[in-house]
Amino acid sequence: MNKPLRKLKGQSRMFETMYSTRKAAGETILELAREGVDVAAVAADTSKSMFTHLLKEDFSERFIEVGIAEQNMMMVAAGLAATGKIAFVADYSIFTSMRCLEQLRTFAAYPNLNVKVIAGLGGLSAGIEGATHLATEDLGIVRCIANMVILAPSDAVTTKKAIRASVKHQGPVYIRVGRDPSPLMFDKSYKFEIGVPVIHREGKDVTLIATGIVLSEVLRAAEKLKREGIDAGVIEVHTLKPMLKPELIEKAAEKTGNIVTVEEHNIIGGLGTVISEILAGKGKFNIKKLGLQDTFAESGTPEELLIKYGLKDYCIVKVVEEMIIKK
Amino acid sequence: MYGKQRDLFEKYNNQGKKNHKKRCFLLEKKAREIKIDVIKMCYEVGPKRKAHPGGALSAADIVVALYFDIMRIDPSNPDWKERDRFILSKGHACPVLYAALANLGYFDKKQYKSLRRVGGMLQGHPDMRKIPGVDMTTGSLGNGLSAGIGMALSARVDKKNYRVFVLLGDGECDEGIVWEGVMTASKYKLDNLIAIVDMNGLQSCGTVKSIMPTDSLIDKWRSFGWNTIEINGHNMSEIIFGLELASSYTSKPSVIIAHTVKGKGVSFMENDNAWHQKALSKEQYEQAIKEIKGAKQNV
Repeated sequence: MNKPLRKLKGQSRMFETMYSTRKAAGETILELAREGVDVAAVAADTSKSMFTHLLKEDFSERFIEVGIAEQNMMMVAAGLAATGKIAFVADYSIFTSMRCLEQLRTFAAYPNLNVKVIAGLGGLSAGIEGATHLATEDLGIVRCIANMVILAPSDAVTTKKAIRASVKHQGPVYIRVGRDPSPLMFDKSYKFEIGVPVIHREGKDVTLIATGIVLSEVLRAAEKLKREGIDAGVIEVHTLKPMLKPELIEKAAEKTGNIVTVEEHNIIGGLGTVISEILAGKGKFNIKKLGLQDTFAESGTPEELLIKYGLKDYCIVKVVEEMIIKK
Repeated sequence: MYGKQRDLFEKYNNQGKKNHKKRCFLLEKKAREIKIDVIKMCYEVGPKRKAHPGGALSAADIVVALYFDIMRIDPSNPDWKERDRFILSKGHACPVLYAALANLGYFDKKQYKSLRRVGGMLQGHPDMRKIPGVDMTTGSLGNGLSAGIGMALSARVDKKNYRVFVLLGDGECDEGIVWEGVMTASKYKLDNLIAIVDMNGLQSCGTVKSIMPTDSLIDKWRSFGWNTIEINGHNMSEIIFGLELASSYTSKPSVIIAHTVKGKGVSFMENDNAWHQKALSKEQYEQAIKEIKGAKQNV
């Protein structure tokens, strides 16, 4: 079991150290290049935001800037991958999942090429920009493409591990990262294995399942629930596809009967859907899906939006309380 | 071809060397074999799964010059890292690519019968994972050039000398991504990248002029910073000359604008857009084969 770094003590906040996952992603690509891994990164005028410009200084030939032209970016990456490179595409998730979706699908996924997509500003993390820049559909869109592996790491440490795992995997990988610094929850001992959910807490009353950086809210919620005498388990599903250990989800569901999924995504197509697919036909469960209830988001800080869409720790607590009382 | 390039070509063409004439003669002969195979495939595929003969024939002479003369390849080693790459961006013309690859021995000609059939190797559009010798999956128009840029940049990182050839259609130049790629290749001064536009003036639903005029295509590419060469895409000597000239240029990518005829070599197909995608009847098949076999040598 991967244990979070710090637990909530009294009223003080958990996870006070913050680190941006998109920054961690850019740093990892540079580390890989320094280690001699045959990487390249293609940018569409977001390199400073996605931290791929770090590669430019020491490995100028491995950094390619194609301008504000996302389809071109994805195709150049496919060409690099077709000639043996581990080709990173780093851009905002709204574009990587939609603007160049066909290029991702037909020219990276179909030929199973080593294109690794760093999809930044994932979920509500780009909140201030508004719905035009908030990808709350990307995981669902990309998930129905064959050959795609979809990762949504929860903090900077797990992002680094996810990227390293993606490099070892032959084929296209979509890695969703955030924007602003987000809570640093784990240390090097965190074990990341593509397709294997991580059980952070065992619980007998309810199972909270989260993906991405919103996991910090879920872990906080579990602590709060504990103080109320509700024993909540927490499972992190960092891999939306493939799911290699569905039995971990099934077991937890059987144990508690109550499932709450939490994601910065439309509840259609993302984590809620993944969990429902796993549990369909497996028994009678009480499932509540938290996320965007089939709406577009709007401008606001990530914090404000987490509250608006009911993803803050106390919102999750409230949902669980209602769930358990009803039962 | 005009001006200086025309003078260069005249000199090249009239170098009086028997070798050059022989080279073109053999390539024209090979082109007839390839075209016959294209017709065969487009006939055998049947009306239920019809292929695209028109665009395949307009590109045939260029594809033959590339695969049987210009490109450094090793059919016994399709994954050879140093090989020149070819991307058929107008992927629907794939019968001509398949015919070239089969004639070079990348796979058996028996595979022609698998075209567009369940469980078959020859997919409706080129598939780099299923078909030996195909360097890039294509079919969705506009995307090949940018993939070629990735390959050309990869060669630069690896300090390899291979060249990347990308064949586009003129209708395909409607796609915005083509111009994104045109700018990028120019920015990176990719002299190991050569684009060829098979300019047959027709696209799926009509003439290029009526659907989306790409007037003075050559000026467009030139203004984006490319070397430009204009040739008759059915004259083997001009094709060879153009490809060699393009390969000789440094510090800029080159484009060859090839004037072609859709359905070239089969009288009832030439410039008739009904043959964009259509299967041949038995009579048409026989007639087409007869015409291609009887085609007059240019040299």
